[in-house]
Amino acid sequence: MMDWTYIQGILMLAGINLISVLGLSLLTGFTGLFSFGHAGFMAIGAYIGALMTVSPSTTPAGLGLPFFVGIIAGGAAAGIVSYFIGRITLNLKGDYFCIATLGFGEAIRLILNNVQIFGGSRGWPGVPYKSTLPVIILVDVIAVLFLANLIKSRHGRNMIAVREEELAAQISGIDVFKYKMIALIISAVYAGVAGVFFGHYMTFIQPKMFSMTKSTELTIIVIFGGLGSISGSVLGAVLLTALPEILRAFEIWRLVFYGAAVILIMISRPKGLMGGMELTPSGIRKARLERKARLDARAEARRLNGLEDGSAEEGRGA
Amino acid sequence: MTQFFQQVINGLSIGSVYALMAVGYSLVYSIMNFSNFAHGGVIMLGAYFGFFSLTLLHLPFFAAFLLASFGTTILAIIVERIAYKPLRERKAPFLYFIISAMGASILLENIVIATIGPTFRTYPPVFERTPISIGPLAIGRLDLLMFAISAACLTALILFIEKTKMGKAIQAAAYNIKACALMGINTDKVILIVFGLGGFLAGVAGVFFGMKYTVYPQIGNITTKSFIAAVFGGLGSLPGAVLGSVILGTLETFVAGYLSSQYRDLIAFVILIGVLIIRPSGIMGKNTEDKA
Repeated sequence: MMDWTYIQGILMLAGINLISVLGLSLLTGFTGLFSFGHAGFMAIGAYIGALMTVSPSTTPAGLGLPFFVGIIAGGAAAGIVSYFIGRITLNLKGDYFCIATLGFGEAIRLILNNVQIFGGSRGWPGVPYKSTLPVIILVDVIAVLFLANLIKSRHGRNMIAVREEELAAQISGIDVFKYKMIALIISAVYAGVAGVFFGHYMTFIQPKMFSMTKSTELTIIVIFGGLGSISGSVLGAVLLTALPEILRAFEIWRLVFYGAAVILIMISRPKGLMGGMELTPSGIRKARLERKARLDARAEARRLNGLEDGSAEEGRGA
Repeated sequence: MTQFFQQVINGLSIGSVYALMAVGYSLVYSIMNFSNFAHGGVIMLGAYFGFFSLTLLHLPFFAAFLLASFGTTILAIIVERIAYKPLRERKAPFLYFIISAMGASILLENIVIATIGPTFRTYPPVFERTPISIGPLAIGRLDLLMFAISAACLTALILFIEKTKMGKAIQAAAYNIKACALMGINTDKVILIVFGLGGFLAGVAGVFFGMKYTVYPQIGNITTKSFIAAVFGGLGSLPGAVLGSVILGTLETFVAGYLSSQYRDLIAFVILIGVLIIRPSGIMGKNTEDKA
């Protein structure tokens, strides 16, 4: 049952999910903008990518170009669309940006439903099978390295500043709109590339695959992994893609568990698996130092105030 | 011309059901400043409660109707207690509420799929299918009832909020919930009532929706449109939610009637994006600058 092709399939799906999750992690975890429309960017990537690679003999619209052209075109198309979306929605505050992205994602899906050259709602079969595990892993590694370096750079720190306190960031001279835009475009390119791989893995694409449920799933993975942590996103993508497969024995109940798990994480461990921490040598060292400092502070507080006082509780809440 | 008025009537009837749902989104938004996506799941279960009261319990229509609405009232309160109350106590940012709501929505939908099954179910015929004719116009009995009961429910809600002491507390909480708590208003109770009211209307809407179309676990996705209506009218504003719903319902039937039914669903999202670009606070909403 657990043969290599099956495991390879799960790994490839996890790798594809990871690409878009990493992009969303930059937008949500590091810049503090929530999106419920990233499946729309994946859809753009998948359809434009397929348009490039499908051979003209099967679909008249296909161009029959090599796979890497498809990847670049898919990513670029998603990035360009995101620029225009960003221009009109990034000025919206909090909830309204979420709602706008939700509307955009659903609108893309409904438009694709009506584009007959792509098969409309019936879907588009005959996309060549090009996604292989080594290529996906290579792209994942590039994506992680790029993101890690971006976060460490001046630009990455500016994005974090926008997440922490927009007003303060603005006053300190950070162009908030610009950094939100950069984060949105990069995350859209990631989602677009993930869409290209997804299409060339499934060999069949249909607007239904890129519904709001998919966007929600991506956001849930980011939250589950922990906001503001790249290694959390990696762990989250692998675990949450594998989880439904592991729970497959429970068949129809698995999504019930999934929903319950999401609520449980939100109310019990909102930081996610790795909130704000990284699984690198320096990250672990930092986390251990912080933990030690916290424990010391709590012990000190207890010593000063006696045991009946509630200050130890306060330390936990911080 | 006859077709025009016919479309207006159809639009008003579906718009009034959207209004019942949209008000639920708006009520919660006005107090807690987040979009309660679990509301769609509650509406869906309302449709199922009504369906089983009619088919299994063989209750008369209005009894089934009330049972479904009380069921969803309790359900909405349970969702609030489990998924939102711990977050409220921790003063979590609104994003966590939204994710928790998404989780609750996935949970409700899949509990139904796992226990009742994913099949489409049709309500037993409660009313005669023959429409009432007024001149050249034909009005379905169900459409008429939908409109009448929705209008009655919405009037009762607005009276409750305008005239009672609890309603005043809800208004105060919508204005500033922190100050409200300082003035000695039990905000926990206010939130409970708000979810209860939203839940009750969700039950009414769910039963009507099930009767007009069919009952299936993904109804919650269609309720997204009523959420859009709430945004269109201005999130947090009740008259806005009603107005937005009626406009959306009418526009939809017009698009379906004159253009193509394929574009019917698209119009909602086009409106949504248009509204957010031009006037994010909607027709009657509060200023969005405060909603950081």
